[in-house]
Amino acid sequence: MHSESLKSQSTFPPKSTEPRPEHPPEVPLAIHDLTVAYHRKPVLWDVELNIPEGKLVGIVGPNGAGKSTLLKACLDLIPKTSGWAHIYGKPYRKARHLVAYVPQRESVDWDFPVTALDVVAMGSYRRLGWFRRVSRKENDRARDALDQVGIAHLADRQINQLSGGQQQRVFLARALMQDAELYLMDEPFAAVDAATEEAIVILLRSLSERGKTCLVVHHDLATVTNYFDWLVLLNMRVVASGPAEETFTRENLQKTYGGKLSLLEKAAEALRHSIE
Amino acid sequence: MPSWGDIVEVLLLQNYNTRLVVLSTTLLGIAAGLVGSFLLLRKRSLMGDALSHATLPGVTIAFAIMVALGGDGKSLPGLLLGATISGIAGIATMLLIRNTTRLRDDVAMGFVLSVFFGIGVAALAMVSRVPGGNAAGLESFIYGKTASMIQSDFIIIAAVAGIASLVSLALLKEFLLLCFDDGFASSQGWPTLWLDIALLALVTAVTVIGLQAVGLILVIAFLITPPTAARFWTNRLLPMLLLSAIIGGVSGWLGASISALTPKLPAGAVIVLVAAVVFLISMLFAPARGVFPRIARHSHLRRKVDRQHLLRAAYEILESLAGDDEVRNTPFPIEALQLKRAWSQRQLKRVLRIARREDHLEPAGSGFLRLSEPGFGEAARITRNHRLWERYLIKYADIAPSHVDRDADLVEHILGAELVSELEADLETEIDERELTVPVPASPHLIQTEPPAEA
Repeated sequence: MHSESLKSQSTFPPKSTEPRPEHPPEVPLAIHDLTVAYHRKPVLWDVELNIPEGKLVGIVGPNGAGKSTLLKACLDLIPKTSGWAHIYGKPYRKARHLVAYVPQRESVDWDFPVTALDVVAMGSYRRLGWFRRVSRKENDRARDALDQVGIAHLADRQINQLSGGQQQRVFLARALMQDAELYLMDEPFAAVDAATEEAIVILLRSLSERGKTCLVVHHDLATVTNYFDWLVLLNMRVVASGPAEETFTRENLQKTYGGKLSLLEKAAEALRHSIE
Repeated sequence: MPSWGDIVEVLLLQNYNTRLVVLSTTLLGIAAGLVGSFLLLRKRSLMGDALSHATLPGVTIAFAIMVALGGDGKSLPGLLLGATISGIAGIATMLLIRNTTRLRDDVAMGFVLSVFFGIGVAALAMVSRVPGGNAAGLESFIYGKTASMIQSDFIIIAAVAGIASLVSLALLKEFLLLCFDDGFASSQGWPTLWLDIALLALVTAVTVIGLQAVGLILVIAFLITPPTAARFWTNRLLPMLLLSAIIGGVSGWLGASISALTPKLPAGAVIVLVAAVVFLISMLFAPARGVFPRIARHSHLRRKVDRQHLLRAAYEILESLAGDDEVRNTPFPIEALQLKRAWSQRQLKRVLRIARREDHLEPAGSGFLRLSEPGFGEAARITRNHRLWERYLIKYADIAPSHVDRDADLVEHILGAELVSELEADLETEIDERELTVPVPASPHLIQTEPPAEA
């Protein structure tokens, strides 16, 4: 702990001097003063977030806003320049069993010699520990997870013979195997078919009904308020965070997307004029 | 030419002089096949190449030190220790370049590979002039050579190969996770850095014990060729590993035997050539992913598509001949077929030949054709599937009726019986009574009778 604060004090931007607020353990994800930089260029700056339990949270922002980076920083996959992220009141390394991560589908090579079931079974590796092989029981759980995402019949299919949407469902099933409390999903809706999109939404709702918390990086503004009940608008900083209906305002979007959105709006305006 | 007796003797490990060498390259091949699979799946092949080239300075420096200490400098354990140290130094240099500059991985690897090899060649030239030392055998580390092997050397190689094989099998699950999705692995708390180091350590071990027999230039081929060949045969990890180990082992066994029988051929080259032959056969003929089986599958599908087009064209001609009456199997002119689809003379001939071979068509006087009984049934079935699929597309995919033919064409050929009955159930309300009693529903669009415009 001491070395951590010493290290972050020498970094840029300087760490705030206010005392670290204590987060009660029922907050699934609490982020304080989080700054992340690649090659000294900040990607996330001073992020403050408290995600309430059992919510379906959409993280929305333009390309390069740091959405994926936020998830990765919470998972200790990339170093934090300053600040911290706590899961149920604990640092991530002590709360791994509570968190399931769904990376972007493109982050792996799908021409890999494994079946859908093999990939889903990877969700049990942590439980199994070193050297132990996947047991029959875990394989049954993996089939069950595939069933929950609606592709149980594809269990023994080699993964490069799956469509993009099916591959995404395999990743979700792997997360289900982990039996976590907090789910961090990086663009699960990216380039999937309508059936998969629907299956994912149903899955997210059922997770949330069981009191699980889901953080979902999302890019389709049209569906945001339908899918999520909590919104985080992100563009390097947190522009707004709160219940979806209250947060999804024109003003907040303007702040998040800046010039890009106004350009879109102008285009829409021009279109409307030309039709009339 | 060696006699048959010699050949059998060497292959069956009965020749005392070559037994240890052949056995050691076989074990080495098994270890290389296993470790190499993970190196390949981790996409670090080039790193293995840089590593093996970086061992040369260590070999020569170890030789010089041992000569300076009063030995003859040819102790294999000493040379291999030197190779290990400079191999690790090579990897460390590479990681240093990668992490402190913004140079890309391949630049760092290319740099380490060439610079370390250059240092090694220069050092080799220098130690060969040192009085008291006989550096004559050291070049064999570059190209590999099956010299006679003493028992203690064999024990080292066999032990390292055995341990490397066992470790890579024990860490199967962990390596699989690392190679497939390292981000997920570290999010789960797996020490991906240490797993990577373990994998590189295994690669280093196999490389170093392979130096003497295969040589540092070719040892990477021994690591990469067997798993690449194995990948063509299977889509599962465990079969791939086992097959790769077998290919590696057989290459080592055959290669070293051939080299032992024809002393002028260096073992490394022969071993790699044997592996390359296996690779070539796998690439061309392996049923799962090989080139020819894939071409065969494609052309099989194309023939099927052509045949179905022909039968549907014939059925539609019969429909137009029948007018409002029930469609009957009557002779029709060949030209009508040609008008239906944009077939050239040659294509038409080929398609007709296929159809005749399958007894779907029979000639009916000059310029006329006639469907056989089974051909007529098949034609009706194909036309029916086509139209069901067209209706489905119009209903769900929002495709204009005038465009639907082309889209239906692509998928209908692979519709299974199950899908067809699903289509029937789905479209039940769409097809009216009359159409349901007739086996083939009416086409949802105007059927073209003019020849389509040349594309």
